[in-house]
Amino acid sequence: MLNPTQAPEAGPVSAAAEAPLPGGSEITKARSLGQDAWRELRSNPIFWVSAVLLVLFLLMAAVPSLFTSTDPGHADLRNHYLGKPEWGHFFQPDWFGYNGQGQSVYARTIYGARASVIIGFCVTLGVTLVGGVIGMFAGYFGGLLDTLLSRLTDIFFGIPLLLGGMVLLQAFTHRTIWTVVLALATFGWMPLARVMRGAVITQKQADFVTAARALGAGTTRILLRHILPNTLAPVIVVATIALGGFVSTEATLSYLGIGLQSTVSWGVDISDAQNVLRDAPHVLLVPASFLSLTVLSFILLGDAVRDAFDPKLR
Amino acid sequence: MTTIEKTGAEPSARVEDADGGPLLEVRDLHVEFHTRDGVAKAVNGVNYSVSAGETLAVLGESGSGKSVTAQAIMGILDMPPGKIPQGEILFRGEDMLTMAPEERRKIRGRRIAMIFQDALSALNPVLSVGYQLGEMFRVHQGLSKKDAKAKAIELMERVRIPAAKERVGDYPHQFSGGMRQRIMIAMALALEPDLIIADEPTTALDVTVQAQVMDLLAELQREYNMGLILITHDLGVVADVADKIAVMYAGRIVETAPVHELYKRPAHPYTKGLLDSIPRLDHKGQELYAIKGLPPNLLKIPTGCAFNPRCPKAQDICTTEVPALAAVAEQDGTELPGRGSACHFWKETIHG
Repeated sequence: MLNPTQAPEAGPVSAAAEAPLPGGSEITKARSLGQDAWRELRSNPIFWVSAVLLVLFLLMAAVPSLFTSTDPGHADLRNHYLGKPEWGHFFQPDWFGYNGQGQSVYARTIYGARASVIIGFCVTLGVTLVGGVIGMFAGYFGGLLDTLLSRLTDIFFGIPLLLGGMVLLQAFTHRTIWTVVLALATFGWMPLARVMRGAVITQKQADFVTAARALGAGTTRILLRHILPNTLAPVIVVATIALGGFVSTEATLSYLGIGLQSTVSWGVDISDAQNVLRDAPHVLLVPASFLSLTVLSFILLGDAVRDAFDPKLR
Repeated sequence: MTTIEKTGAEPSARVEDADGGPLLEVRDLHVEFHTRDGVAKAVNGVNYSVSAGETLAVLGESGSGKSVTAQAIMGILDMPPGKIPQGEILFRGEDMLTMAPEERRKIRGRRIAMIFQDALSALNPVLSVGYQLGEMFRVHQGLSKKDAKAKAIELMERVRIPAAKERVGDYPHQFSGGMRQRIMIAMALALEPDLIIADEPTTALDVTVQAQVMDLLAELQREYNMGLILITHDLGVVADVADKIAVMYAGRIVETAPVHELYKRPAHPYTKGLLDSIPRLDHKGQELYAIKGLPPNLLKIPTGCAFNPRCPKAQDICTTEVPALAAVAEQDGTELPGRGSACHFWKETIHG
């Protein structure tokens, strides 16, 4: 069950590097950049810690019923704030106590992972596509197009992610996970565009690109086949680290009351719990710890992946 | 100095192709780079031609414009900052500089291919060599992946890479320098082009491997009857392979000659200086000759003959008048075929 989480960070690069290998018939072991990186990752304890945590969170998001059989929406006012955490009651509804509505904090925290994880992944996918395409065009074609796209990036950089997200989300009366994804992706693609542009400019000047051109390759082929695979490593690293940021921004938006509505989410729960912080701190601390751990494990993973891809840090 | 040599026995390089014209003809080519500090004139009126089956060696030190000329022919010059203000590049009589980009792209790889100096950086590090070789067939001939791979193995065998079948999936960094250069050659050869431009193909290799790679290149050239432009700064590499030599200095051709003629009787002080600065066994214990000074700054090429500040024979005329590439003749007036020198004093240099 480790594969689902390993796929996002190790998959794309090694897949890109191995793709040209006509499958199966290889006798000698070819070591590509992706394979070297994987070798490096395997011996990095930080990678394993973050990977195990991420597997847990992904499982929570995918099948919350594995962890709890309690309905997160089920409210029983008899338990109103009274239910202090029972630290010994593992996986029981009252493990982490109850909130103001008498709902199980444990169940809500487990179910809350889904919104965070979906938003984290979808926003990251979105910004990688948008930023990647913009950065690639700016970097490869240069000139006026580069100037225009780079200034556009600068303008968007001037808008804080949180502020931009808030303003855009105000326009929606009914907000779902997808509106939040849209808002965050709209204001979050710039770092990816810059990284991609830089990587493409570096690769564009490489001799093998000139060589491909001299042998008659067209623009599309040079861009997609020769430049893109060489730019994936930095893009994946930046995207992984950014993912943690998007998860916490979503929680912040929900906390501020302009993120998700009527969805079980860590941000919403943290927001609801702030008024009773002194009487029932567990209602806030539990989802907040889960949130911190998720963000931390993504950032640690991004760090480990970056170290693995950068030969200078080995 | 032994200058009395028979020249008649030497094979004179024929300019004519079977169809009556040379394969590639460069006419009065100028290339300049517009930089912040001014205009760097990298190529200033180069003329040369290559026919099928012929090898032209373009000789010169760094910054003499030999590689830039090749890039201009291939159409891989970065423009801007590069600019071709003047000149023609005729491939089978058609000017490539006025062609549509798409038309020109079709010539690249298919009709004219190029071999690069540093095979490690000229091969894509994340794609296997088999894929990169096969790409030639998939792009230009639309072969399937499987057929392209078979062709790639065939090519690798062609350039004598041992265990080609096992190594076709390997990545460039897994090959030795000599093997990588063979892969570069295989890529250039893939579509059996009419002309190959080799830009210092052996500079990054050690001497024993240099010889192997040059032999292979020469052999394949003979076999396919291709034209070959060999760009190098190494006089030793050229001697065995080339038919004729063009010596470049500061973006101009200063001397042209059939290969052996040039070594026997250089007609330009620069060529003479180059030949004299080759270490020789019979000069053991003596000081090695070196051409004084540095190659000119391309932003400020000296007036008159660009070589005049370094030339031991320089006179007043050399600083004022640019010498044209003049036909070189024997002392009795019989013209030497294929020879030219851009020196006011070529007579003194060759005969004196």
